[in-house]
Amino acid sequence: MLNYDLVIVGGGPAGLAAAASARKNGLESIIILERDHELGGILNQCIHNGFGLHTFKEELTGPEYAGRFIDEVADLKIEYKLNTMVMDISENKVVTAMNREDGLFEIQAKAVILAMGCRERPRGALNIPGYRPAGIYSAGTAQRLVNIEGFMPGREVVILGSGDIGLIMARRMTLEGAKVKVVAELMPFSGGLKRNIVQCLDDFGIPLKLSHTVIDIDGKERVKGITLAEVDSTGKPIPGTEEHYDCDTLLLSCGLIPENELSRGIGVDIEPVTNGPVVNESLETSVPGVFACGNVLHVHDLVDFVSEEAAAAGRNAAKYIRNGSKEPETTHETVALCPQGIVRYTVPKTLNVDRMDDEITVRFRVGAVQKNCYVSTYFDDERVMRRRRPVVAPGEMEEVKLKKEQLLKYPDLKQIIFKVEEA
Amino acid sequence: MEKRELTCIGCPLGCTVTVEMEGTEILRVTGHTCKRGEEYARKEVTNPTRIVTSIVRVNGGKIPMVSVKTKSDIPKSKIFDCAKALQSIQVEAPVHIGDVIMENVVGTGVSIVATKNVEAL
Amino acid sequence: MYDIIIIGGGVAGCAAARELSRYKANICLVEKEEDVCAGTSKANSAIAHAGYDAEPGSLMAKLNVQGNQMMDAVAGELDFPFERIGSMVVCIHEEDIYKLEELLERGKKNGVKDLRIVDAKEAHELEPNLTEQVVAALYAPTGGIVCPFGMTIAFAENAAVNGVEFKLNTEVENIQKIDGGYVLTTNQGILETKVVVNAAGVYADRFHNMVSEEKIHITPRRGDYCLLDKTAGNHVSHTIFPLPDQFGKGVLVTPTVHGNLLVGPTAIDIEDKEATATTREGLDFLTGKAGEAVADLPMRQVITSFAGLRAHEDHHEFIIGEVKDAKGFVDVAGIESPGLTSAPAIGVMVADIVSGMMGLAENPDFIGTRRGILNPSELSKEERAKLIEVKPEYGNIICRCEMITEGEILDAIHRPVGARSLDGVKRRTRAGMGRCQAGFCSPRTMEILARELHVSMADITKSGGDSKLIVGTVKDRL
Repeated sequence: MLNYDLVIVGGGPAGLAAAASARKNGLESIIILERDHELGGILNQCIHNGFGLHTFKEELTGPEYAGRFIDEVADLKIEYKLNTMVMDISENKVVTAMNREDGLFEIQAKAVILAMGCRERPRGALNIPGYRPAGIYSAGTAQRLVNIEGFMPGREVVILGSGDIGLIMARRMTLEGAKVKVVAELMPFSGGLKRNIVQCLDDFGIPLKLSHTVIDIDGKERVKGITLAEVDSTGKPIPGTEEHYDCDTLLLSCGLIPENELSRGIGVDIEPVTNGPVVNESLETSVPGVFACGNVLHVHDLVDFVSEEAAAAGRNAAKYIRNGSKEPETTHETVALCPQGIVRYTVPKTLNVDRMDDEITVRFRVGAVQKNCYVSTYFDDERVMRRRRPVVAPGEMEEVKLKKEQLLKYPDLKQIIFKVEEA
Repeated sequence: MEKRELTCIGCPLGCTVTVEMEGTEILRVTGHTCKRGEEYARKEVTNPTRIVTSIVRVNGGKIPMVSVKTKSDIPKSKIFDCAKALQSIQVEAPVHIGDVIMENVVGTGVSIVATKNVEAL
Repeated sequence: MYDIIIIGGGVAGCAAARELSRYKANICLVEKEEDVCAGTSKANSAIAHAGYDAEPGSLMAKLNVQGNQMMDAVAGELDFPFERIGSMVVCIHEEDIYKLEELLERGKKNGVKDLRIVDAKEAHELEPNLTEQVVAALYAPTGGIVCPFGMTIAFAENAAVNGVEFKLNTEVENIQKIDGGYVLTTNQGILETKVVVNAAGVYADRFHNMVSEEKIHITPRRGDYCLLDKTAGNHVSHTIFPLPDQFGKGVLVTPTVHGNLLVGPTAIDIEDKEATATTREGLDFLTGKAGEAVADLPMRQVITSFAGLRAHEDHHEFIIGEVKDAKGFVDVAGIESPGLTSAPAIGVMVADIVSGMMGLAENPDFIGTRRGILNPSELSKEERAKLIEVKPEYGNIICRCEMITEGEILDAIHRPVGARSLDGVKRRTRAGMGRCQAGFCSPRTMEILARELHVSMADITKSGGDSKLIVGTVKDRL
């Protein structure tokens, strides 16, 4: 059995930033386990620009952004294993992993950071009726085939779902010579960033049909066409609105699901709204010494925030190990963070002021679009903060920063409430 | 006077920026929340530009394709010409981030640079 | 000239091929698809029925009970997944309990063992997630679940090892009687044979009617299914049926041998023998119906839906035997539910008929056992580590949802009647059958297929024919 203080599962943006941060916080014995043949995770196939404005104050492409962190991990001489699949993690932090060279091996860790990322929602989860021919891809699979392997998965494309990967792939397919006929979105609003609608759809005259979905797939061997229909406010197709599109490809960009099979195996509690682990202010799960960050925790829009969150996880894991793999003593009660109204969840879910850094970032999403509003924070019944927002939308993550010094003024605090209020 | 509403693509905030114009003259830019927003709006109504990202084939590398981008933004009208110009380009591994893959793409004066390291086999 | 040509590589055709390979004969199986198990056999309830449904005295009843009884032995010999988990027919109205009693009587007449009616209390003890409405149930401990791909492919592989030739992508277009046999016109040329075994599923009527004046008619009866994630796999631990109606056994809820939960089927009679598209109405119907017997079905956990076509013969009976006015032409027709359960017995019956007709001698070299694809997750850690040391490809995970290694995929490609497509790999190894439905592993499996079969990526298909996955290279048509 190998021994490492910290095992990081996943060498994507979250794992890399967590590793670098843990090392900078004094931890020597760290290993990253990555299942792909290179570090960088999904960023390697996100060849478009728009990454890094927060972190590096310049606009980078995905591989460039990953490259910065890969270089940092190399400079910090952090160990990693590629082509390595983690099979299982026990509650006492024995990590079982496998690759071609080392075979099946075990690592006893003092702390574990979960940074496995997320996967795409498949067609089955959408339950679209029709045939099951070739030519139906999740947007990310198509992205890999095009950007990494240089293959065209199709010529005439319909995209269901206006998440960012779908929008980005509309432009990528167009620029590689395919015809993207339409992007359909079930919801009355897009799940992607506005800038992507402008530069990926509008620039190329690709129509975006909101409140529309695919109701039939035609073609037994390869996709021959699909039928779109408008949906009512409950998401049910409206008879008479059917429209047929000839196409050979249907790309699905219908949401991402944190990949928590390993987390469930350890026994960490999962938050049903995010499908990610429940964490406290230290990004520590319900199993002490097991931390989570990045898209395995909750799906982010911006990798910059993943890096920031992962750095906090790395720092906290280092602190945990420094403290002799024990929770620090606390004198204050742990406070619940409560989403209210259209706020769907918060990460973290609990907070203990004795354990927190000088400032922590609380992130959450809303469940509906609201214009001209305030994002408000209440300490029990008292509103302590509010921030004017021209619009909040499910596609864009919100954040509130809580300061330790402010929290210390409320020693009897029971809960912190987050809600969106009309302006 | 003409009013044009734009969504800024400078960063993920996606601010709605309004440009008031008289013919080709810009009278006023409002709604932006940073300097980049104003710059973007002024450019977008006169000479819209974009960064183009793409891929080109690598010979003898550990992976078959390398990602590339225009080093700076190029006229929006030249996006497709730029993609076509990369059609027949092949590079030899190793490739490093920042390596110039092609100079002065479609007469824009802008280089195409690699955005990924590709080791030789 | 062949001695025997079997038309159809479904479970019935493959079982017949395996049983016929016990005899000395020159046998060929033709299949229009690129793989065996590509029609009805791949899309069904995956159930080993106990045998209380069929009319006493019918061939269906006899072969169902025989097939069920043979299943343990055959699954052992041929190494495919089978579990005798028991089934329950649940009754939700007091006034319908007499129907359970009728089924019980029928089951007894058919020779089904250990059948009994349980009251509401015992039913809920056996199956805590039954709805409150359930007032009684017929409990059949001999009911089971089986992997339909596993069984069909096992029969095919074992037949191939024993000398049966498999011609895939071979569609029979016409059959003509000649002296001492038949001429089959196929899309791959002319084939001659002394005996034809017509195991063509929904197409069996077409071939029968080419050689016989006594016409038969088979209706494709579509069944839509939803497959749920493994997290829902323990929702029930028996196969749960409603009371049967005129269209069949109704919408069942069952665990699968791989730990998923299966809900289905619908029963919709159609004309098109290829129309395996699911419909919104069908899928919605399933959600509603399944909830009558089983409470809190987590339908949000659906990972895929699919439809299969049952080969429903007008008289709802298996037609197995030499056609009266077509000597040497043996029908294996109307094989709908319980066809999968009956398959082992169908195979034996067909072999008996044909060997009797032809006076075949036993094949002294017949090998009766077959090893399935090695599943490393069933090994101990030590065994697994040792395996990877010898064969490093077993250390390379390709499908992360089902944790399938490159070693298993290579095995699937290189064994007899091996995989040639993504679906072929999927049916043999489960790679791509998990919750991400092949999003992650498709490109990787395609690369392995291309490398091992020495073809280009553009030649790799999802399921043969025009089901190409890649249409060109980037910028090739800019």
